[in-house]
Order: sequence, then structure tokens, then C-alpha cells
Amino acid sequence: MVGIVLISHSSGLAAETVVLARGICGTDVPILAAGGTDDGEFGTSVDKVAAAVEKADQGDGVLLIPDLGSSVLTARLLEQPGSVVVADAPFVEGAVSAAVAAGCGATLDAVLAAAEEARTIRKM
Amino acid sequence: MDTRFFVTWMEEITTAVHAGRDRLTRLDAAIGDADHGANLDRGFTAVAEALAARPPGTPGAVLVLAGTTLIRKVGGASGPLYGTAFREMGRALGEAPDVPVAALASALEAGLAGVRRLGGAEDGDKTMVDALAPAIRALARCAGEGGEPEEAFAAAAAAAEEGAKATVPLVARKGRASYLGPRSAGHEDPGAASTVLIVGALGTAAARRRPRTG
Repeated sequence: MVGIVLISHSSGLAAETVVLARGICGTDVPILAAGGTDDGEFGTSVDKVAAAVEKADQGDGVLLIPDLGSSVLTARLLEQPGSVVVADAPFVEGAVSAAVAAGCGATLDAVLAAAEEARTIRKM
Repeated sequence: MDTRFFVTWMEEITTAVHAGRDRLTRLDAAIGDADHGANLDRGFTAVAEALAARPPGTPGAVLVLAGTTLIRKVGGASGPLYGTAFREMGRALGEAPDVPVAALASALEAGLAGVRRLGGAEDGDKTMVDALAPAIRALARCAGEGGEPEEAFAAAAAAAEEGAKATVPLVARKGRASYLGPRSAGHEDPGAASTVLIVGALGTAAARRRPRTG
């Protein structure tokens, strides 16, 4: 199954988005949070993200979903074409959409597409 | 310039960033999230510690270690950006034990390319690129004319300073400041301001390495 890592400036936002995605999509999907700096401040920790990628990786690839700014840059530092890819997607909608696709056994490309399509889904 | 010069450069950056911390934070408070000074101060302090703990053997290794440390320790956007710049510079220098100004300019060009690739910034987006790109052009021009490193560093510092000042009227198109749209105009970009300190530290490092006599 494709793994997913949610990268936020806020450890709380990343952790709670994981809880939400698991609540909607089930607990089988390897979706992990990497939020905040090493000392718990707002920001991004490349070490936290790298550790989460390793944990989420079941051999089918890992999708990174960053929120803003340095999260995006940190995610891009860890990109490995074909195995670790970054979604340009809204954080919450992209996470849920990707988790649903991953839970259905979709490939990395399909999970990435599902996350990025979340941008076009209107709420009203 | 030898390995010792590059270690000295990093030390001079650490000193300059620490001294400029409050100014960088003030600039970032105007159009960002007021953490640029603290983030870079923490990052370069960690660089100084890492270099002291594991002294690298080549100029390239100094820059790669500095870049990796910045990426791991900064936490804000400047970590991945400056970290990538220094790592790409280090890789460009390879195993060379001694780096003439022309090779330093080429390495900085590789660093700038890395920054552009990662952040997607172009000239005039009100970012560090607006200070770094003219500094590299000045350095390369001086190297081509065969001048002394000190003259090249002074020209690069002046060009970086001028580039940073020129970000004041610009509207930000990258980073947190871009959320402000036209309200970002009228403020110097903090990333360009920290680039001025980094480029300026080349000159202070050279002065420290070659004290004038008489």
C-alpha cells in the first residue's frame, strides 16, 4: 500500500489530520504525521519527515502532502522520482482523498492524482 | 581560498547573522512571520558547532556540512533554501583543495541554480535571488578581470547590497510575503538582507585570513 506523510508547520495540525483521514478511510493506510520542528515549535523538521517516510514506506512508494512554505521546500528536498513524490494539493482534502485512494490499493501515481484532484472539488 | 578560508567564511557569517538577528527579524515581521533572524542565528550557530566537532578536509566538504546542518536545524524556508545553496556549492567544488575566485563564482552559480529549482523564484520576485544573482555576476566579472579576491568580494558585497535595496519597491511573488500582495511593497526582503550578510562575510573572512602588515 502507498504510504502518506502529512507535513505541516504545526505538529497538532498534522497529527489531527492523520486522525481525521484514518477516521474516514480506516486505519490500514500507512498515513503518518510530520509536523513542527524538532523542539515542537512551528516549522518543519527534515529529520521528522525523513523518519516518517521510512515508517510509511511499505515498498509501494510514499506521497508527501505539505501545507505551506517551508513544508513544501522540505518535502521537495526528500523527493525521489518514482518512490517519494510531493502532492501540490490542499492539505485536508488532499490527505483524505489520497488516503481513500491508497486504501483501495491504488498505485503511487494514482494516489498522487487523487490528492491533486482534491483541489478541483467544490464544496458548494 | 583553502579549507581554512571556507571555515572562516562560515564563522564570519555566524557572527554577522547573530549581530544582524534583530534587524532580520524586524524585516521579516513586516512582511513575513518574524522568525528569519532567530532561525538563521540558530542555523549558523549549529553550523559553527558542526564544523568544530567534525572539521572537514576540503572546501567542498565544509559547504556540504554547512548546508546539511542548515537544512536540519533551521525549521523555516531559509533552511532548505540556504542549505541547498551551500550543498550545491560544495558539490560543485568537489575535492578541490584550493578554490580560485572564478571557481567560487561558478560554485555560487550552482548554488543559485539549486535555490531557483527548489523555490521556483525568478529575478524580481523579491527573494534572496535578487541579492545573490547580482553578487555572483559581480564576482564572476572581477574574476574574469583577474583582480584580487578582496576586490572581487567587495564588488560582490556591493552588488548584493544594491540588489537587496532594490527589493524594497517590489511586490513579493514567492514565500509568505506573497500572501500580502501589493502590501509587501515598501519593505526590504529579509532573505535578500540575509544574503547581503552571507556575501559580505566573504570579505571579512578574507581580511581575517590575510591581515595587512605595516
